[in-house]
Parts: sequence; C-alpha cells; structure tokens
Amino acid sequence: MDENYDVIVLGTGLTECVLSGILSVEGKKVLHIDRQDFYGGESASLNLSQLYKKFKPSAQKPEFLTGRDRDWCVDLIPKFLMSNGELTNILVHTDVTRYIEFKQIGGSYVYRSGRIAKVPANESEAIRSSLMGIFEKRRMKRFLDFIAKYDDDDVSTHQGFDLDKNTMDEIYTYFGLESGTKDFIGHAMALWSTDHYLTEVARPTYERIMLYVQSVAKYGKSPYIYPLYGLGELPQGFARLSAIYGGTYMLDTPIDEVLYTDDGKFAGVVTKEGTAKAPIVIADPTYFPDKVKKVGSRVIRAMCILDHPIAGTSDLDSVQLIIPQNQVGRKHDIYIAVLSDVHCVVPKGYYLAIVSTIIETETPHVELEPAFKLLGERLDTLMGIADLYEPSTDGTDSNIFISKSYDASSHFESTTDDIKDIYFRVTGKPLVLQQRTTVEEEQALNGL
Amino acid sequence: MSFPNPTTSVKLVLLGEAAVGKSSLVLRFVSNEFQENKEPTIGAAFLTQKCTIGSKVIKYEIWDTAGQERFASLAPMYYRNAQAAIVVYDITKPASFIKARHWVKELHEQASKDITIALVGNKYDLVKNDSGEEDDSENSLRKVSIEEGQNLADEEGILFFETSAKDGFNVNEVFIGIGNHIPESNNNSNNPLGGNSNGNNEGRIDLTSNANNINRSGGGECAC
Repeated sequence: MDENYDVIVLGTGLTECVLSGILSVEGKKVLHIDRQDFYGGESASLNLSQLYKKFKPSAQKPEFLTGRDRDWCVDLIPKFLMSNGELTNILVHTDVTRYIEFKQIGGSYVYRSGRIAKVPANESEAIRSSLMGIFEKRRMKRFLDFIAKYDDDDVSTHQGFDLDKNTMDEIYTYFGLESGTKDFIGHAMALWSTDHYLTEVARPTYERIMLYVQSVAKYGKSPYIYPLYGLGELPQGFARLSAIYGGTYMLDTPIDEVLYTDDGKFAGVVTKEGTAKAPIVIADPTYFPDKVKKVGSRVIRAMCILDHPIAGTSDLDSVQLIIPQNQVGRKHDIYIAVLSDVHCVVPKGYYLAIVSTIIETETPHVELEPAFKLLGERLDTLMGIADLYEPSTDGTDSNIFISKSYDASSHFESTTDDIKDIYFRVTGKPLVLQQRTTVEEEQALNGL
Repeated sequence: MSFPNPTTSVKLVLLGEAAVGKSSLVLRFVSNEFQENKEPTIGAAFLTQKCTIGSKVIKYEIWDTAGQERFASLAPMYYRNAQAAIVVYDITKPASFIKARHWVKELHEQASKDITIALVGNKYDLVKNDSGEEDDSENSLRKVSIEEGQNLADEEGILFFETSAKDGFNVNEVFIGIGNHIPESNNNSNNPLGGNSNGNNEGRIDLTSNANNINRSGGGECAC
C-alpha cells in the first residue's frame, strides 16, 4: 500500500475525526489510522468487556452486571454538549446529525450547604428555587438583565462597566450578590471549575453565561444534549463523514516508523500495510510522546455503576451535578455526569455516574468522597487517573500538528477551540463552516 | 383511498468485499442507472428510496460502507439499529463468497437479532450468453453456483437472490423481498434514525431545527 496522501491523521479521537471529516469534505486526500481496534481513542465509549479490561485488567467483568456487552457504552471522558455550543454547530453544518440522535440531559444540579438544588432552567423555576432568598433573587434578576441586554455598541447598556477592563468580582460587587450566588453563577452557569475568573476581566465569563442561557433556552430542561449510545458516536460520525468524502480508514494498525525529510519535517508513516506518505500529520498526543509536554494538572475520573437514580434529583434519567470547590474546601469543582438507559449507555435498570475533578492531593480517590456520598450505594466503581498533555510547539516547523488532551471541563468548548486552532495552523485560514449539500443534491451528485 | 399509506423507515446496510457491486446495486434500485467502471464509493453514502409493497410503503435509508470495510474499520455505528442488510458477493469471484460468509457472521454478532438479511450474488450478466440464457458451458465465468448461495442462505435462515446491477435483473426483487420479510411489529421500534411518526422518540431532539422542537411520543401520529 505505497500511497501518497495530503494529510495523515493518527488517532480517532473526536478532535482528529472532526478535522479528518472537514479536510476530506474540502477535497483533501486523508489517511486516518488508529493503533487500537476501535474508534474514539481517549474519547471512546467502551463496552463492558473493554471497560473492565482497561480499568481492572486482573478482574473478570462481574457476573452481577446483566445485559449484553454492547448494551454498555461507558464514556472515558465525561462531557455533555452545550445545545448552543460550537460542537453542535459543527455537527449541524457537516450534517453528521444524520448519523447520531440526541436527547436532552434532564437537569442541572448544584451542591450547596450540604444538599443539592436544581439550577433553574427558566424564570418560573428561578422564582421557586430554594437557592436564593427573595431579595437575592431580585439582585440576581438585575444581574442577568444586565448580561442579557449588554450590547458592545450601546454604551447605555454598559452600566459604567467595560467587560474587557473590569473584573467579574467588580461586577458582582456592584450588583451586591452574595457569595453563594457568585458560586452559582460562576460555577453552575459560567462553568468555571476554579475561582480564578473572579479577578480576571469579565468578558469570558459574560460569554460563558450567554452560552449557558442560550443553550437552556433552546430545548428547555438543561443546557445540555447527549448522543444516544454515548459520546463515542461522535468520532464515529465524523469518521463516516470523512470516509464518505474519500478518507481511508485503518484501525488496529500500529505505527512502526515515522518518516522525516532531511530538514526534519514530517514525510510519512510505515505500518503493516506499507508506507504512506503525506506532507502533514495531525495526531493525538500519544503518537508523538517526545513532542508533547504535561499541562501540569492531572484528572481523576471514576465510573460508578448504580442501580438507582441520584437522591434529590426527582428521579431524572440524566443529570449534571456540580460540587463547587469552596463548598467542600477545594480549589477545583467536582463534576458528576449521570446517565441511564434512556441514552442507551447502560441496560435498563442501571445508572452510570461519572465523577471527575482535577487532583489536588496525594490521595485523589479520597477527594471524590463528597461525590460518592451523593451517589449512594454503588454496584462497582472503576477509577482512572490521566495526565493532560499539550504539544510543545505549534507544529508549523515540522508539519506535525498535535491535539491537546481532553480536559476536565464538563463540555466540549475547549475541544472545539483546539479543533479550530489546529485547522488554522494546518491550512493557514480560519475554519468557516459551510452547510453540506442536501440529501437530494447528494443523490443527484451520485448519478453523475 | 384518500389516506396515504403509512410510510415505514428502514435502515438498510450494505456489506460485501470491495468491487462486488454494492453501490451499483443501490444506484440501480434508487435511480435505475448503472455506471461502467464506477470509482470506489465517494461522496454519497446515504441514499433513500421509497418502495411500495402491497398496502405498505417502506422508505429505505441505505447506508453504504463508504469504503470503511477495506481495512476492517467499519464502526459499530454502522450496524446500530439496522433493520435490514444486503450481503453482496460476485458470482465470478469465489473469494468474495467466502467474505460474504464472514459478513453474515459479523451481522449475527453486531446487529440486532431480528435483522432481515439478504444474500445477493451479483454480476449475473457476466454468466449470460448472447441469447440471454445462462452460459452453462465450460467457458462460463461463474465460480459460485446458485446452489452454494442458496445453501448458505438456508443454513443462515436468510433471503437469497442472484442479480445484475448492470442490466437490472432481480434488483428490485431484493428490496421487495426484504420489505415483505421485515416484521410489521418491529417497523417502528428502536430506529433512532428513522423518521417514524410513532416510534419511541420521546425527548429526542432535532438539532437542525431552531427551537423547542422536541419530538414527543405519539405526537403527530395519524391514527385514522
């Protein structure tokens, strides 16, 4: 298989598959390789056998868990899609929505003063919410009005603030918000996992609140949507897009050797299928361990198998639960993503709760205790610790473009930032999404 | 009759070795065309075609492999909720028939257990002589007998056809045969990608529409 390509992509994680799909649609000849025999890399959803093989290699998968192997689709990286976020936008524009069905996440909850409360999804829920007293609710409403009406071009909406100069703390203080309300806005709406944002300019927080509010407004129950059969469907969907536009796929194919030109630029790869050449490679960090560095923080993730919904969540089939850092004396929030058979990731009767946070101590599993208390009895718990990597250079000198590890955030906004960034470095132009042709047009095309 | 027949969406997947005529078979069915020396599948791998069988209308949503079978890299997504599959081989290529056995086995492992499978020996046109009859001389290009195909189908309990995508022989019969065989009661279940009016679509959302467009169970169903 001695062949020439425009781009070789290594690893079938979400970032790599989205880029592969977009580049194929643009007419690039793409070869996409994964050393593993399944799609998704770090962003795969594993069946029960794969899951136990990865996290408890010495143990057999337990007899007490029922259902077929493939009835289990357990995400390695717990995240949800923001309904109005950039990944949703990419899915719609590339028409990958054709291959994947989505459902809403039932609700978003936040831990406060020893119990959990629903994050209001609309005004009437906000009025009934136990999160705030009556006066605080008025202050909160004034704050949200300010955010909603803020218009860069209309100084009268600025109330004396400049989002690029004033800090978020200054704006909170102006509206007289209590610390619990700040926690709620910063961690449950803007989805910051630390309090660093308080002393930084307000613009990013403003944008995050807007994304949250617009995402909730889209479908109602929560700002999140989730693909049936797990997040692993996302890389598969984009891989299919790439293949339809001529991309070649080779799973279960380790890279035996990376070829370079005399001046140290990428030239190709050697695999069991032969030599494949291309001037450019896009890869996840595991394919070029000497060209990446650790970001510094490590993430602990615990997949908990339950036979009951989470107490206090009205028995919802799916939930996001955030434990803000200062509620439990931490620096980083703990996230819990709860899913059930409604999203086709476990057999009927089971619930899956994935707990994650940035590690702060020498005993990371103990750090998850506040979350475990909220979950109640667990049938089994599988834990993993991951280092986060990023490329040590931007890749333009070697034409080796490496993606970042999937971070601890609860959504994909940082992943789509990375996708756009890599696209820009590879092509030299910003990513502009164009609507794919319709089914009818495609059928006409096929007849040519 | 003033009421239109109910349309049932069926996800149908194609399987088979490269160059046995998977795409040509679909192209013949969907647009009654044939392309000589067609390039390997690029650019169109999601076709739909309605098929009226008696009183029911089936809308086939046909998934081509898009070449992902070449290095054994078909995604689980491909098989997910497929209600029908066509396993194609080339009756002049014994290796493609061996591969067909493999795909039938793969379907039993990966797909739902009530999937309707049709085994299709394609390129019948290559074994016909000038008068349109099958050439049973020693020079015949046929390498897989009709009995071998039928036996495999019988062993596996699946449908069997020989076709020619080139001249259209028996192609529509494959899709009609599948349509007749699909269990009525299962038409509307577990098909997230089908545009069913009364399936279990509760809470499913349509990302391509703008707002508040949630398919509710039973909503919009015509019960007349």
